[in-house]
Amino acid sequence: MDEDLTLEEYGPKWSDQRVERMLGALVLFVVGLLLALIVTVFVHAWPSFDHNGLAWFSSGGSVDDQLEAIALSAQAGAGYVWTFHAWPLIWATLLIVGTSVLLALASALFVAVFIVEFAPEWMSNILQPVVRFLASVPSVIYGLIGVVVLVPFIGNHLITESQKASVAGVISLTGYSLLAAITVLTVMIAPLMVSIFSDGLRSVKPGWLEGSLALGVNRWRTTWKIGVRTARPAIVAGTVLATARGIGEAVMLAMISGSVGWSPNPADGLIFIYEPTRPLAPTIVKNIDQLSSKPMNATLFSIAAVLLLSAATASACGFIARRAMRKYGTP
Amino acid sequence: MSTPPPIRRLSLEDPPAASEATAPPRPSSNGHGPSTGGSPFTATRRSIGAPQFSIRRMEIDDVSVHYGEKEAVKHVSLPVRQGEVLALIGPSGCGKTTLLRSLNRLTELTSTARLSGSIRLDDVDITLIEPTLLRRRVTMVFQQPNPFPMSVFDNIAYVLREQGSRRQKKKTLEPAVHSALSRAGLFEEVKDNLDHPALKLSGGQQQRLCIARALAAQPEVLLLDEPCSALDPQSTQVIEDLIVKLRDDVAVVIVTHNLQQAYRVADHVGFMYLGDLVEYNSASALFNKPREQRTREYVTGAFG
Amino acid sequence: MESSLATPQPPASPPVAGKKPTGATEGSDTWRLSDRIGLAICWFLGLLFCAIALAIVIYLLVQGITYLKPSMLVTPAAAGFSEGETGGFSDALIGTMIVATMGMALALPAGIAIAVWLVEYGRPSALARITESTIESIAGIPSIVLALFGTVIFQSTALGFLSRTTEGVVFGRSFFAASAMLSLVALPLVVASVREGLNSIPRHVREASYAVGKTKAATTRRILLPTCRPQVATGAMLGLGRIVGDTAIIVVLLGATQNFSPVEEVPFPLNYLRGAGTTLTNFVYEASPTGNLNQPQKAYAAAFVLLLIVLALNAAVDVVHRRSRKVGTWSQ
Repeated sequence: MDEDLTLEEYGPKWSDQRVERMLGALVLFVVGLLLALIVTVFVHAWPSFDHNGLAWFSSGGSVDDQLEAIALSAQAGAGYVWTFHAWPLIWATLLIVGTSVLLALASALFVAVFIVEFAPEWMSNILQPVVRFLASVPSVIYGLIGVVVLVPFIGNHLITESQKASVAGVISLTGYSLLAAITVLTVMIAPLMVSIFSDGLRSVKPGWLEGSLALGVNRWRTTWKIGVRTARPAIVAGTVLATARGIGEAVMLAMISGSVGWSPNPADGLIFIYEPTRPLAPTIVKNIDQLSSKPMNATLFSIAAVLLLSAATASACGFIARRAMRKYGTP
Repeated sequence: MSTPPPIRRLSLEDPPAASEATAPPRPSSNGHGPSTGGSPFTATRRSIGAPQFSIRRMEIDDVSVHYGEKEAVKHVSLPVRQGEVLALIGPSGCGKTTLLRSLNRLTELTSTARLSGSIRLDDVDITLIEPTLLRRRVTMVFQQPNPFPMSVFDNIAYVLREQGSRRQKKKTLEPAVHSALSRAGLFEEVKDNLDHPALKLSGGQQQRLCIARALAAQPEVLLLDEPCSALDPQSTQVIEDLIVKLRDDVAVVIVTHNLQQAYRVADHVGFMYLGDLVEYNSASALFNKPREQRTREYVTGAFG
Repeated sequence: MESSLATPQPPASPPVAGKKPTGATEGSDTWRLSDRIGLAICWFLGLLFCAIALAIVIYLLVQGITYLKPSMLVTPAAAGFSEGETGGFSDALIGTMIVATMGMALALPAGIAIAVWLVEYGRPSALARITESTIESIAGIPSIVLALFGTVIFQSTALGFLSRTTEGVVFGRSFFAASAMLSLVALPLVVASVREGLNSIPRHVREASYAVGKTKAATTRRILLPTCRPQVATGAMLGLGRIVGDTAIIVVLLGATQNFSPVEEVPFPLNYLRGAGTTLTNFVYEASPTGNLNQPQKAYAAAFVLLLIVLALNAAVDVVHRRSRKVGTWSQ
């Protein structure tokens, strides 16, 4: 045990002021790092936005061809090509992340209610570690299992030959598909939501729950009408977190969703869930080898900028939603 | 399952001669008065005369409640009657709250609780009635006001909606909500803004809202667990008036550690000590001429 | 774990009058059909989650045991004609350990420092709020974006010493680069955990220390942080879990290789750390059927090892939680 350090001995070397300044410097450094990140991403992304304008977000031509053209242009030296219409990628992101978040939200809510209220103790003791386990599996393992199990299953057993033939000229249905991506992403993000929702449910004032029971409302409706309603801010927080995770998921989706920049069209009928696609984040991973070429660099960074904006928007929406929820209570 | 027996309400031919206690209670000497003869209680009782009628609603028959090893309530027998207010008094830890909570089977929420003996509501053992249905007939107001984080209207409508079978529109529920608020004496104060968040009401208003909620379920028995202990004297007065007015419609059981309050509102009083029911008598008899030594000591403030 | 409402019992059938009293339980009359369907959905989904977890574990277990040979753990990958001749993934395994160590070496002290600043100091309050938002934002940034940012930073000539530099062109991919960005991934987890630990210590403990003349710094170092050891450990292990499981940053900042490629003319160990390499996650990514290598057997083996590491970290967190609960809490 060290000798007792009195104020004099600690004097000038580790005074509170000095420590505070050092820690403050570290904090400022981290804040600055985040700002630098945001600035860097947008600065590097600017050329792509500049050359494409708002058409960046629209559809027009095959996104894969455009990416190839951008990659080749740097090598050819003739002049950079910047044309990039990212709509198929954006649409894929919206479809996959949107559907997964909705499915995960519904299932996570039921599972959280189950764990906190209605599961017998033995079931709860099994489910909680299961949820923690599912949340900690690395995304590349989800990708691997998806590729070797789910994709062949969809390709060989779910998609019929006639379906494949019907779109043969346009796109090939191999099992790398929207369906696979949505399924695996839902399994990935649901456990995150379950933990946040359970925490929210557990922190509801027991007085409210007991009060509702004492008025003759059954446990199920008490849990949902009072418990879940009070835990709404936690539900919003969990959803925002899961959405950010889904938007940013690159590796698993790169392995499973297919490598084609294609817009699945619901108007095609049910077959559209079998179509391959590729959201924004995996596109970066797939083209990372050409990062050093200037136009590709700008394009990839522009995608990153859109990712950042989307995550920030989700966060802002969550914040606004939680503000609105405070009207009637003090959760 | 057979439907519970209809609520028996006698129609009163002659309205009771109302001599309302309008003067505020004078502060009584707090317990160090003479132990024989004169009552230390000089507060004016609020009750509108003696009870006009009383119908046996609940019968507590040799009930004991154990929490694991500990026996919280020991062999208590009491009647609960509509038309009168029953007060359970006693020092902290004497089991009065446990007894109250066993009346609507809230003790079952604790996994270690065991109940022996029987409690009957309208001659049906309450363990035979589904707990949720029982709690609609025997509702409870808690010590801490716990209005839900919704508007005033929704707090009451919640009870009505959850008991109805079909989703009901706001318009249909309005009369019932208004009547519940009137019965609780809150309607005048909130009628202009029923969408006001309930948590923004004052403490006394919140508690009255909780009472209104409990009344909205049209119960036969109303249980009150120290309803005024968290409130200021003004609100306490209002709620005590309310409690006395309710006794004709519902059987009221109130747990209180405030002896003056029990004296003011109760018609019958049960004094409990360490789980035993020491004495059960009419309020005037118990406070003025207590039979048991222990009761006398408690009522005169020798311990608390 | 006790639920806040009664321990549930299955809905009982309504009691028949005249039978011996059995104690009617909730569920027969007051539960509507929609309520019962809801409970059925709960059970279904709960069991489904368990089934999925079981399936993942069993599948990887079977495949892993089938294809994992201990030699794979110590043999580096090599070129070969058939999969059996391509050696193992020792480079990947060592690579994972390197980034884990280096990443945590940055994240843990920084995370503790930031948490201490937030809880004990935190002036001006505007800066404190900004810092909280910053940490939360960092947690929400996709790791691919962090990776891209890393390329910009580490390709600048100022930081050229951290990676391979050929004729003035900084390559920008190295263990240093990857570890630095991975530390950002782990940082929010460490901060959150340590903050929770510090916040759970009641005021009077700090006041007792100040009252005998100790500075805040001394108090924090000698009393508060040692008390928070469980939370520090939890935060560290959660952060490690994230680092070990991340692939995007590795793919971008460490290079798509299977082996170490050290930098020349620089002493060990810097030559490795400045060079490119691989980790288990990257290896699985490359070896999977969609990757460049298409060696699914080794992919299973590597995935199995990766999963074991993650499970071990999870179990460690559990053990820490259980032990800290036994110690007891402060009297408030």
